[in-house]
Amino acid sequence: MKTFRIIGRNVRDAFKGVFRNFSLSLASISCITITLIVVAVSIILSYNVDNFTKLVEEDVTIVAFLDNELTDEKIDEIKDQISLVNNVEKYEFISKTDITKDMMESSDIFESIMKDWSEDENPIQNTFQIKVTDINKIDKAADDIKQIDGVTLVKYGEGMVEQLVSVFDIIHKVCLISVIALILVTAFLISNTIKITITSRQREISIMRLIGASNLNIRVPFIIEGLILGALGAIIPIILTIYGYNAIYTNFNGQLFSPFIKLLAPTPFVYTISLSLLGIGVLVGMFGSWRAVRKHLKI
Amino acid sequence: MELIRLTNVKKTYKTGVTAIQGLDLTIDKGQFVFIIGSTGCGKSTLIKMLYREEKPTSGQIIVGGVDVGKLRNGKVYKIRRKIGVVFQDFKLLPKSTVYENVAFALEIFGVPKNEIHSKVVKVLDLVGLKHKIKSYPAQLSGGEQQRVAIARAIVNGPKLLICDEPTGNLDPSTSMEIMKVLEEINKLGTTIIMVTHSIDIVKELNKRVIVLDSGRVLKDYAEGTYK
Repeated sequence: MKTFRIIGRNVRDAFKGVFRNFSLSLASISCITITLIVVAVSIILSYNVDNFTKLVEEDVTIVAFLDNELTDEKIDEIKDQISLVNNVEKYEFISKTDITKDMMESSDIFESIMKDWSEDENPIQNTFQIKVTDINKIDKAADDIKQIDGVTLVKYGEGMVEQLVSVFDIIHKVCLISVIALILVTAFLISNTIKITITSRQREISIMRLIGASNLNIRVPFIIEGLILGALGAIIPIILTIYGYNAIYTNFNGQLFSPFIKLLAPTPFVYTISLSLLGIGVLVGMFGSWRAVRKHLKI
Repeated sequence: MELIRLTNVKKTYKTGVTAIQGLDLTIDKGQFVFIIGSTGCGKSTLIKMLYREEKPTSGQIIVGGVDVGKLRNGKVYKIRRKIGVVFQDFKLLPKSTVYENVAFALEIFGVPKNEIHSKVVKVLDLVGLKHKIKSYPAQLSGGEQQRVAIARAIVNGPKLLICDEPTGNLDPSTSMEIMKVLEEINKLGTTIIMVTHSIDIVKELNKRVIVLDSGRVLKDYAEGTYK
């Protein structure tokens, strides 16, 4: 009970501290708010970019076009050779008949053109569709497959995949650097706010020391004050994250620019981010005040 | 029974000034001791060392069985909880009421609210300020403010009350009122050490008197012997 009473008193004191220097507290809260909004945007971007990368990686397929004159035995032979190529995860033979059928089902225009083609007239080639384990080594696997006798052409969207992945990687890094920089600036600002609170409460602190308050008794209210500043600063970013992301997701029908780039579903994504924002706000607040207390409350 | 023992205590400040040198002194439980002497004789340094605001350069200071000179900074609060300190400038919180100023000394230790209330009312009654419980320091006279400071210093029931010129800012009649309060507290068993410049008060109360000069005990008058 005693501990609860002491904690209760510390929390009350911390709230008093927040409102005693309200203009300064407001400056710190605003700074945390801005930082956390940037953090939220960065996290949302990073996670979605991760998701895009994963989708791209899952979608990338090597298509090996085969000579239409090959016998079934030769196709089986090629199949065995593909299975021996490094980095090949799975492969599937799709005959020219199946491809033609799919194309005709997918579009009326294709159907009107293709329906009259005889087996000999059909220019579409039999293919193997191949998935790789490591997207970064796809070019090597494609080269190896190209060397197989009977394979006339190999395609996997060369260049574009690598560029996309490297752009995503850059976005990732920029987000990370800006978040770290902003967190440091915010911690410094909170530290300054707490320093001023400490200065304005010197008389109280000196009396506390005289009547036998321990270091913990004196320091804890300031740390809690930082925690409160951090938590208050997280409110607007959390609201923006929940409502903002939901609005974007709904407006864009869950995809960005093309069906290829799918956005992550808002639930539970936004709630996980909200919790992270609260955690980051609280930690940054506590770290900032801890720094001020260590520096300016020498006992 | 002995409460305080100083053995060959010396205090030299970083500036090179030696405030206390070769000081030996014992004070028993329940005593009322005046410390007098001219400005710069080491009175304030002596009491500051008792509540460990200052550390002795050499020698030993035992207060209530604790070697305060050897206490680490982080452990100083332990000895402070056994000592009440009253200053010339009262050191009250201006934005808090009389009640809050006294209760503050209990709240930080997590004392239950009802216990705080009864203790605060009791000490305010003892110092004669029960009727001013809701007043703010600025609404009180100097003597009343000092009584609040005394109430705050004794509300935790310390064994020792150190008073650093508590009547320094007060007129003679108010000073005598404060002294009556301190005598009452002393009668209840609290040891009191008081630094003062007022010879009238010292003569009036007839307690033990220690005269300091250049950081040494010049004279130590037993109770009732100082003229």
